Amino acid sequence: MTTTQHHHAPITTPEVGGIGHNVRRIEDDRFIQGAGNYLDDIVLPRMLHMVLVRSPLAHATINSIDTSAAEALDGVVAVVTGEMLAGYNLAWMPTLSGDTQAVLATDKVRFQGQEVAAVIATDPYVARDGAELVMVDYEPLDAIVNPMQGLEPDAPIIRDDLEDKADNVAYEWEAGDAGATAEAFATADRVVTIETHYPRSHPSPLETCGVVADVSPVTGQATIYMTSQAPHAHRTVFALVAGLPEHNIRIISPDVGGGFGNKVPVYPGYVVATAASLVLGAPVKWVETRTENLISTGFARDYYMKGELAVTAEGKILGLRVDMVSDQGAFYADAQPTKTRAGLFHIVTGSYDYPAAHVTTKGVYTNKAPGGVAYRCSFRVTEASFLIERLVQNAAYELGMDPAEFRKRNFIQPDQFPYHSPTGFVYDSGDYETALDMAMDMIGYEKLRAEQARARAEGRLMGIGIASFTEVVGAGPSGEYDILGLKMFDSAELRVHPTGKAILKLGVKTQGQGHETTFAQIVAEELGIPATDVKVVHGDTDNTPYGLGTYASRSTPTAGAATSMVSRKLRSKAREIAAHLLEASPEDLEWEVGAFHVRGSPESSVTIQEVAFAAYTNHPPGMEAGLEGVHYYDPPNMTYPFGSYIVVVDLDSGTGEWKVRRMVAVDDCGVRINPMIVDGQIHGGLAEGFAMSNMQWITFDEAGNCIGSNFMDYLVPTAWETPRFELGETVTPSPHHPIGAKGVGESATVGSPAAYVNAVIDALAHIGVRNIDMPVLPDRVWQAIRDHAE
Amino acid sequence: MEITISVNGTDNTVDVEPRMLLVDVLRTRLGLTGTHIGCDTTSCGVCTVLLDGTPVKSCTLFAVQADGRAVKTVEGLKQNGDLHPIQAAFKEAHGLQCGYCTPAMMLVGSVLIEENPDPSEDDIRWAISGNLCRCTGYINIVKAIRLAAETVAASS
Repeated sequence: MTTTQHHHAPITTPEVGGIGHNVRRIEDDRFIQGAGNYLDDIVLPRMLHMVLVRSPLAHATINSIDTSAAEALDGVVAVVTGEMLAGYNLAWMPTLSGDTQAVLATDKVRFQGQEVAAVIATDPYVARDGAELVMVDYEPLDAIVNPMQGLEPDAPIIRDDLEDKADNVAYEWEAGDAGATAEAFATADRVVTIETHYPRSHPSPLETCGVVADVSPVTGQATIYMTSQAPHAHRTVFALVAGLPEHNIRIISPDVGGGFGNKVPVYPGYVVATAASLVLGAPVKWVETRTENLISTGFARDYYMKGELAVTAEGKILGLRVDMVSDQGAFYADAQPTKTRAGLFHIVTGSYDYPAAHVTTKGVYTNKAPGGVAYRCSFRVTEASFLIERLVQNAAYELGMDPAEFRKRNFIQPDQFPYHSPTGFVYDSGDYETALDMAMDMIGYEKLRAEQARARAEGRLMGIGIASFTEVVGAGPSGEYDILGLKMFDSAELRVHPTGKAILKLGVKTQGQGHETTFAQIVAEELGIPATDVKVVHGDTDNTPYGLGTYASRSTPTAGAATSMVSRKLRSKAREIAAHLLEASPEDLEWEVGAFHVRGSPESSVTIQEVAFAAYTNHPPGMEAGLEGVHYYDPPNMTYPFGSYIVVVDLDSGTGEWKVRRMVAVDDCGVRINPMIVDGQIHGGLAEGFAMSNMQWITFDEAGNCIGSNFMDYLVPTAWETPRFELGETVTPSPHHPIGAKGVGESATVGSPAAYVNAVIDALAHIGVRNIDMPVLPDRVWQAIRDHAE
Repeated sequence: MEITISVNGTDNTVDVEPRMLLVDVLRTRLGLTGTHIGCDTTSCGVCTVLLDGTPVKSCTLFAVQADGRAVKTVEGLKQNGDLHPIQAAFKEAHGLQCGYCTPAMMLVGSVLIEENPDPSEDDIRWAISGNLCRCTGYINIVKAIRLAAETVAASS
């Protein structure tokens, strides 16, 4: 049973700025003055510059590499090849999914843009000149550019580097119950089917990836500045890859100019620069160009999905069957929890209650860049949410029902939580109908349907698309979730200084989400120390407790909980100190945010600041001095944010162009710590969802050439195209999170693509159109209209 | 070759290769790292600076083209030690998240509100359409620029 509540008033004053206050972001002062410190802003004495030589071919044998002309160029210090790295056992590295990836190619290149050599020079322009002079002799091989080709029996084996590898399958994985699902389908009145490709996309944060590696030839200490969403996990990987003692590695992730999953994997450039610094005894900087970023790092999606929904004539869902093939590129290099090889794709059963589901998945190697990062998405939840929300829409059409009504007939009800899904999740809380009703009210759903009927009579096309998504985020409980064996807990360390100011250190790392403010607000809520008196430190492995990093909307569910818990530990100790100061027993004290007083005599009171001072100046005999602690939080369950989005589009039948007239988004992410920041996260996700549905995709020609290698071919929406969003909210707290929060960074990217596409399909449903693959480009719409013309 | 560029009101004489980009001179020779690099092809706009008062993308401009001219960067936005209204508005309206596009957005916004003290939402969206943001969906950037215009109007 879960309860959805409306806003309740914050318990802290605006000056303290605890939960529920729109505290203006503490980190903004440096950004608005141009004083952010991003990777490329880092300059060290004697620093050298590295440029990578990349393969122009998607699949080829390397005959030879001639580095002599590059080495002869004035200013070039070294040219590194895979052969040289092999001498240090560094030509290959493990990926975060447990595969291996070439650092610099030794035998073959397996995708266009693959790293082949590195030129290191005293000046970045010279390094680029040098890269032009490296001559590589390739013997071209046939390229496999989609997974279906890769699964053909006579397909060349891409990963012949792997012992005994006889096919191109990267992984196979399933969830759910095949037998029960077959029974459900046998009793169904109708089976609704959809086949769709969720296209390859790229997170493309505006800051590309980069590194400054500084290995001291004197002490062996490696300080590695890196665009990293997961600095601690990366440190451990570096220790494993490079064989450096982990205590001698310090990863510093400075201000990060957007991540969206792109900065989760370890890229070859990081490793080469570190090895080069070790050998050359000087700091080495490597920063990608935009083209390098788009052709070689962190692709997302590229899922070929077939979904079937078994339904009754009355509109009840009986079961779901999904078969999915993912294009992983040449290396399975995204981060996936060890036990779930297709990520959390099995959340595909969505917001609906039915007994049976079966999901089969297969990852396939192709001659494309290593793909499959979760682009603003919790381990493949985006693809899952898209599929089920497209399916339920089509099921409604087949049954002659309104898509909103069909959803309502099948929603998991509030009294069914905790809800055990047929693929093995335990949803913590939800109230789906309330959110959908709010979205329908906000947009005026009934009026729009009436308008649509009139419009159709007039030959005008408009559509209304809904998505009522459920996410699974906050990985995760350590028994089930790990990356390369590293359990997915997270941590917080808090110290209150004598004057009552505090420092909070986190294992997670912001890339714009506002951690320096949000996490300070959690401390403010728990201890009454004003948020602006709390300094948040993150992104420096020497100065923060171990954690798995920021992605998969996991920071608030894990590190947010850890922050709460460590604050409560300090409050317990503060109570003992307060009792000492007030000459009372701890049990007789009452806590009101920011102060203890003796029960029944409110005038006998000490503030948290007075307690902090006493912790260093007048602490009780026998007690340890100081006021600090650390907490490692192992979440008991995942969290399940949800929402309902409704999009209205107007569609030009002559050109196939569609425009968003309105977009209403009702989100429920549990308790909102800083509502202003939450809204900002949702705005961004809605824009990225629009981008994927409307324009953003990366394609390849038959030879494996990447089409979409710059921002003139890979389209990112500007302010002009981006819709204007209207937000609504419900609050259904997570019952197992200390402050009831669920995480919100990705909800809108997960939920919105289906809403946009459903709106376009809805505009054309009456002529029989049931699917157009993303991106829903005007020519595809035009073709669909033509195909369904009477 | 030797060139002289006025940057944020101070003349700087630097010796540069003719191929050197303006953004690299600003960032690496003058240490003004508030101007960023995002796409190398004039598409994303994070390298935008004001050249003689007009927004230009400094990643596709040779430094020598700025010889004898005046450049303004984010570091020159403050007025007499106080935040420019557009800087204050970006913080107040939550007009930034990762901060990478922010300096450019503020510079473009500052020119807009000088030329058009009462910009409509469409005016603002059109003005920043050469500048990409991946975090905000532009909603609060538009609000911030509008707020800055209102602040300036109220104080004059």
